[in-house]
Amino acid sequence: MAVVTVTKANFEEVVLKSQKPVLVDFWAVWCGPCMAQGPVVDALSEETDAVVFAKVNVDEEMELAQQFRVMNIPTLLLFEGGKVAKTQIGFADQGHLKAFLGI
Amino acid sequence: MMYDVAIIGAGPAGLSAALYTSRARLSTLVIGKDGGALAKAELIENYFGMPAPISGCELVENARNQARTLGADLSEDEVLGISWTGTFQIACRQETFEARAVILATGASRKKGNISGLSEHEGKGVSYCAVCDAFFYRGKTVAVLGHGEYALHELSQLLPVAGACILCTDGKEPEGQVPEGIRVEKEQVLRIEGEDLVEAVAFADGSRILVSGVFVALGSAGAVDLARKIGVQVENNRILVDEKMATNIPGFFAAGDCIGGLLQISTAVGEGAQAGMSAIAYVRRNR
Repeated sequence: MAVVTVTKANFEEVVLKSQKPVLVDFWAVWCGPCMAQGPVVDALSEETDAVVFAKVNVDEEMELAQQFRVMNIPTLLLFEGGKVAKTQIGFADQGHLKAFLGI
Repeated sequence: MMYDVAIIGAGPAGLSAALYTSRARLSTLVIGKDGGALAKAELIENYFGMPAPISGCELVENARNQARTLGADLSEDEVLGISWTGTFQIACRQETFEARAVILATGASRKKGNISGLSEHEGKGVSYCAVCDAFFYRGKTVAVLGHGEYALHELSQLLPVAGACILCTDGKEPEGQVPEGIRVEKEQVLRIEGEDLVEAVAFADGSRILVSGVFVALGSAGAVDLARKIGVQVENNRILVDEKMATNIPGFFAAGDCIGGLLQISTAVGEGAQAGMSAIAYVRRNR
């Protein structure tokens, strides 16, 4: 499945109300490690339907970043039942990400 | 000028890689102040094929000359930061270099200091990458831990964004020109405080300063520091590579003590050769 771009407008719908766990990748174009993280998340999203994959551009969605106290990027948050279940700060390769998601 | 290969580190791994890339007629730059751990070795008796023991300094000097003769450029600049936009930009004290591929061979990353509260607050106000995380401290007060050019480089990334920056030199004198108006705290740093998020830096003399963020830039930028800037996978203070010395970032390779293992000249030279060969293949594929 494609990675969903999340904004303040669709955050509740896509992330909080999701029946499946949601991985949210907080990123920005000027962040080197984020640009390395993006393709890893994209590739994994093609591999599994068990998790919804979403991205938040912190430049455009500062409020969401503040709401979830994101202070470093990349930060990956795993939401389950509308709540943050796990946090990964800094780049994670595919192996680490799979372990993080439990898939 | 765009180099085909930039090698960060001028010890046995870096110089060995340079021999291969230069002989393959790739434009090669080696950046490194000295031969690292090897230059400190008084006499080497266990390196293959030596008629008599040789000093680390002499071995390094021989290899530098060998690389230079084969066409490599050698710079003694200090690397302060690195970015990746398809090619690599390597910011040094004097100038910024650009390269198609990079081999990281800076030697083992030393554990830096024993300031408590740093790892506990990672992601909660402690950062190792100003260019990545400055954004989150718009208008806030932040501390930069460090005293060298690397700390000043990180400081320069924070200045346009943060409300105020305080340089905490942990008992040392700042090396280089501190920008005007920057508060400098020379007292030894004891710990980073904060119930959940970072709230303060506490010093050995009992004083403390209130900050929202702490950017760590102790000493010079080592392998792990540089790797963090572009998202290279790091584990237990060493760079993760595959059998071809490739990291997770295309065109970025690592060799020698910074990837762990035996920490011997022979392994460093072998890994450097492999990293050089891999860089050659990468550059030829992508040029």
